Amino acid sequence: MFANWPLLSLLVWLPMLSGVLVLLFAGRSSHLARWMSLIASLGIFLLSLPLAFNFDVSQSAMQFVERYPWVPSFNVEYFLGVDGISMPLILLTSFTTILVVLAGWDVIEEKTAQYMAAFLIMEGMMIGTFAALDAIQFYFFFEGMLIPMYLVIGIWGGPRRVYATLKFFLYTFFGSVFMLIALIYMYFQADSFSILDFHKLPLNMTEQILIFLAFLIAFAVKIPMWPVHTWLPDAHVEAPTGGSVILAAIMLKMGGYGLIRFSLPITPDASQVLDALMIFLSLVAIVYIGFVALVQSDMKKLVAYSSISHMGFVTLGMFVVFMIMANPVGEGGASLALEGAMIQMVSHGFISAAMFLAIGVMYDRLHSREISAYGGVVNSMPIFAGFVVLFAMANVGLPGTSGFVGEFMVILASYKANFWIALTAALTLIIGAAYTLWMVKRVIFGEVRHAEVSTMPDLNAREMIIMSSLAFLVILLGVWPDPLANVMHATIDNLVQHIAQSKL
Amino acid sequence: MTLDALNLMPILPEIILLVLACSILLIDAFMRAGSRDVTYWLAQISLVVTFVAVLTGMSMEQRLSFDGSVINDALSDVMKLAMILMISMAFALSRSYLKDRDIHKGEYYILGLFGLLGMMIMASAYSLLLIYLGLELMSLALYAMVAIHRDDIRSSEAAMKYFVLGALASGLLLYGMSLLYGVTGSLDIAVIRQAVLGGEVPKLALLMAMLFMLSGLVFKLGAAPFHMWLPDVYDGAPTAVTLYLSSAPKIAALALLLRLFGDGLIGMLPDWQMLMIVFAVASLFVGNVIAIAQTSFKRMLAYSTVSHVGFILLGVLSGTADGFSAALFYTLAYGLMSLGGFGIITYLASRGIEADQLDDLKGLNDRSPWMAFILLVIMFSMAGIPFTLGFWAKLAVLQAVVEINLVWLAVYAVVMSVIGAFYYLRVIKMAYFDKPLVTGMPVQSLDMRWVLNGTGIAVLVLGLYPAGLVALCAQVF
Repeated sequence: MFANWPLLSLLVWLPMLSGVLVLLFAGRSSHLARWMSLIASLGIFLLSLPLAFNFDVSQSAMQFVERYPWVPSFNVEYFLGVDGISMPLILLTSFTTILVVLAGWDVIEEKTAQYMAAFLIMEGMMIGTFAALDAIQFYFFFEGMLIPMYLVIGIWGGPRRVYATLKFFLYTFFGSVFMLIALIYMYFQADSFSILDFHKLPLNMTEQILIFLAFLIAFAVKIPMWPVHTWLPDAHVEAPTGGSVILAAIMLKMGGYGLIRFSLPITPDASQVLDALMIFLSLVAIVYIGFVALVQSDMKKLVAYSSISHMGFVTLGMFVVFMIMANPVGEGGASLALEGAMIQMVSHGFISAAMFLAIGVMYDRLHSREISAYGGVVNSMPIFAGFVVLFAMANVGLPGTSGFVGEFMVILASYKANFWIALTAALTLIIGAAYTLWMVKRVIFGEVRHAEVSTMPDLNAREMIIMSSLAFLVILLGVWPDPLANVMHATIDNLVQHIAQSKL
Repeated sequence: MTLDALNLMPILPEIILLVLACSILLIDAFMRAGSRDVTYWLAQISLVVTFVAVLTGMSMEQRLSFDGSVINDALSDVMKLAMILMISMAFALSRSYLKDRDIHKGEYYILGLFGLLGMMIMASAYSLLLIYLGLELMSLALYAMVAIHRDDIRSSEAAMKYFVLGALASGLLLYGMSLLYGVTGSLDIAVIRQAVLGGEVPKLALLMAMLFMLSGLVFKLGAAPFHMWLPDVYDGAPTAVTLYLSSAPKIAALALLLRLFGDGLIGMLPDWQMLMIVFAVASLFVGNVIAIAQTSFKRMLAYSTVSHVGFILLGVLSGTADGFSAALFYTLAYGLMSLGGFGIITYLASRGIEADQLDDLKGLNDRSPWMAFILLVIMFSMAGIPFTLGFWAKLAVLQAVVEINLVWLAVYAVVMSVIGAFYYLRVIKMAYFDKPLVTGMPVQSLDMRWVLNGTGIAVLVLGLYPAGLVALCAQVF
């Protein structure tokens, strides 16, 4: 029944429309705002499911395509479509938004309607970013998203929220303007803003390197890669729980998605020339940021740094591809690396969301994010402690959880490129285990050092739903990643073939 | 030639406006001080009549009349319509502000109408004399409007500055024109164009003429390094006048740039392009960097104007049809945003409260979420963030600049916009993140509310679907 529906357009505009409706009709009643937003986000999630069911995994071409002229004088089109790379990310977005609405349920008491509307509008923009196939349309959503996020951190954030949100906005804005120039430049070469036309566009080496760097600034800030990661810990710490969840689960993925959608296929030769740089930056993120995470005393900051470290696997998987292809024994490794990177993105979406939500649960009770303020939480919140341990294990990359699959695939693929890269990346499993488990030990176990901790009530029904749905997905993806991998196969194989051919 | 042999149809809208403005002047003189609302509505009606007159005479083809000194083409028509619309909005947004300050005089509207007449002449002028006539008519009206609050010392200072520096700029322009006339032997832009393209004109004299004319024009536009008067005048003038100053006159100034440089001196494109690059680079820097240091919202918007002028120049200097239409599109977008920005000041102002400081915006979201939202849309639009009109305007200009292979200039422009984004974000920070210093909102008249709401919605709707406006600006050239 969904065959003829403009599914993607609905998924982009319905969330925004419902956001506007929430603003208009629920401005005075927080209660109404919550229910309206929950119904809207559930409905949108249900609407995104046909995307998965009707998806043809055997083809690499774009599906659910909608293409109309938008601004003909600029040759800008309204061009939506998904392939195996973007479809899972859209589902991740529509699922995460439900969690965000639930997570802010009783917590956000001031301006509830604006809070919920901001996330619904953001959802539409995020889906738009993943579905856009016109470069200006992509930029339109990619940048537009900054507006609601800026407000979310600034209005409902912590004490240093203004600093954090300005830094977040300016950092990401600065990164993306160079991309805009690159897109305009390519427009005059290709006479079209279609990303698919950009893929085919022949470019010489100088052009490729400059364009690659322009994209890199935009996406490296978003991922974020070392050394342009400094906005992330600030933004995470100050953002309300919902904001942190969206930042970690979706927005960081946009950087990775951008690299795989723009940098690799548009500038394959530049990517190959600069792959050593990218691998170096990824390894620094994985190892060095891992150590930085180790010394954090603020739980949110710790998870934020752990996010950067885990996103290092994504960039590593994407750029180690070129080394594998240069290596005669690297047969099949390239697809493995890219798939690993993609699965890592999805898995990190679940795990980081879960970690931030768990911190949010504790913060709602004690209003502190300091590790030292807790200790012995397991005594008063046994069920919650169980979930936290599970998510911590997933964060560490324990087999059987989703965290294992992506990291293992990337490490395995790196081994085909270079033993030392694989070894360095594998090191992170130890560091990751160290900072995550140490935090769990100090927060969840041990003696109860503060009287308030023993009075913390265990999870309520709402929190149970959030935690158990995430736990289910983390384990499901951990033991049965095949469905997700299948969705990506055709697209990734096609991409590997595409980037293997020089554009020069 | 006798008068009845003349075809007056091409200037019919101007004639109508002149007659109406004079009638209102007469009517106003016989009215009691308390009934200036009548003058306001009469002024609005005459704007509507003029609008209709322009609209009915609209045609895509180019028509020259009065021995080639008046031109009517799509460009002049679109500009006139936009000017009339913006002035009508400016009137609506200023009425209550003027009343609260006891300067609600008929002169504001009458001078405004005469200013419009000058601008309309500028849009249609195709000879140097007519250009100068239109420019001076507009400028004289503006000088007097700035001084309308004559008991206010800052307002008088602004008017004095504006008059002296404006006269200097006019002098520069006139001197340049006289040189141009001297070397080409004609006041007619079409003839000048042929003479310059023919290449038999002494180059040095031509360069001097161009330099003086361009300096005079960018002076009027407010581009750096000739921007000094702009913040003082915008800040010192009553906000109602600033509203007027910052919208339609920019379109008229663009008309002169396009007629004189984009048409008459197109043969010297490489020369004036170089100069405009300098002006644009300086304006983008000065506008964006100095605005950061402002504590007055009005003054901040004035500096932001300087940076927007830089963007308009970027479009013009490309010398291509795409660039000209980008400049026109940007100017229209800027006029709308500027009306919104200053309109919010007049909306928040009430008797005794000027509301032109950044602190006055604190906690606006708590006082009125809808007003805060309009402010948000306008600010993000000025910063060039998507989902607003400002994004497309910047995109158009950047496209034009990249098209002529000045990629570095485009990169410079976007880096400057990132710096500029900071102070727009700070305004939003005040409105959304801070606690309000006062509560409640002033109650404003219905027409004012509608115009301001309409401006905000237009910026947003055109940000989602700009195709119509963009196509209109593209067809003009």
